[in-house]
Amino acid sequence: MAEETRATTAPTAEPAAPSEGHSHRPGPRGPRPGGGPGGPREGGRKYFRRKKVCKFCVEKIESINYKDVRLLAQFVAESGKIVPRRLTGVCTPHQRRLSSAIKQARNIALLPFAGRAN
Amino acid sequence: MNRTYELMFIVRPDMAEEDLDKLISTLETAVSATAGTVRSVERMGKRRLAYTVRRFHDGVYVLLTVEGGGGLIHELERRLRVTEPVLKFLTVRIDEEQKRLDKIKKIRDARKKAVPAPAATPEGGETTAVTA
Repeated sequence: MAEETRATTAPTAEPAAPSEGHSHRPGPRGPRPGGGPGGPREGGRKYFRRKKVCKFCVEKIESINYKDVRLLAQFVAESGKIVPRRLTGVCTPHQRRLSSAIKQARNIALLPFAGRAN
Repeated sequence: MNRTYELMFIVRPDMAEEDLDKLISTLETAVSATAGTVRSVERMGKRRLAYTVRRFHDGVYVLLTVEGGGGLIHELERRLRVTEPVLKFLTVRIDEEQKRLDKIKKIRDARKKAVPAPAATPEGGETTAVTA
């Protein structure tokens, strides 16, 4: 058990996440820059949480455009929902632009409102 | 009032190429009639839609960049609305965003220039010190 948690990488760390007491559901596939969200990194009792960083700040992506489906799709869960900031680590100004871009893309049928793009 | 807008619209996939050409040219004439200019017309081709629209799974995307006032957009949107093969359209104003991007770029370039400049001056000082 302890060994398992030590060996975990991002996907296997996922089931451990809900037990932390956070309200987020295990469903959405979060684009987490920098590995696991809050998964246990070390074998110790304490949870070590890697600091999440804003992808747009780090990579210096200025324009968040509704036409850039590939970029936007990283921040949309499989259900079609916009992944919240607390899961992705995107900073507030960028999340604001991101969400409006996603909504524009939905309007022109580049991204789905609900469900997977078929 | 000169603003830049991006008009993206989707036409049904079974529309003939000539009909699409005709539609685009009528839009272009409408732009010039309302004292606007067409910046570019880009056909993005056939794409799969993220959800079905009027029972279509695919659509032909066209991107039109125009300059002009709000009246022009009003006219273009009206035309798109009455054109039967147009499935969907979206108008986005892009000049302010472009202005913001230019500003950021300018600041970034200035900073890039500013970094090598102080590095060069100590070197100059050193060489003078050596010669002295």
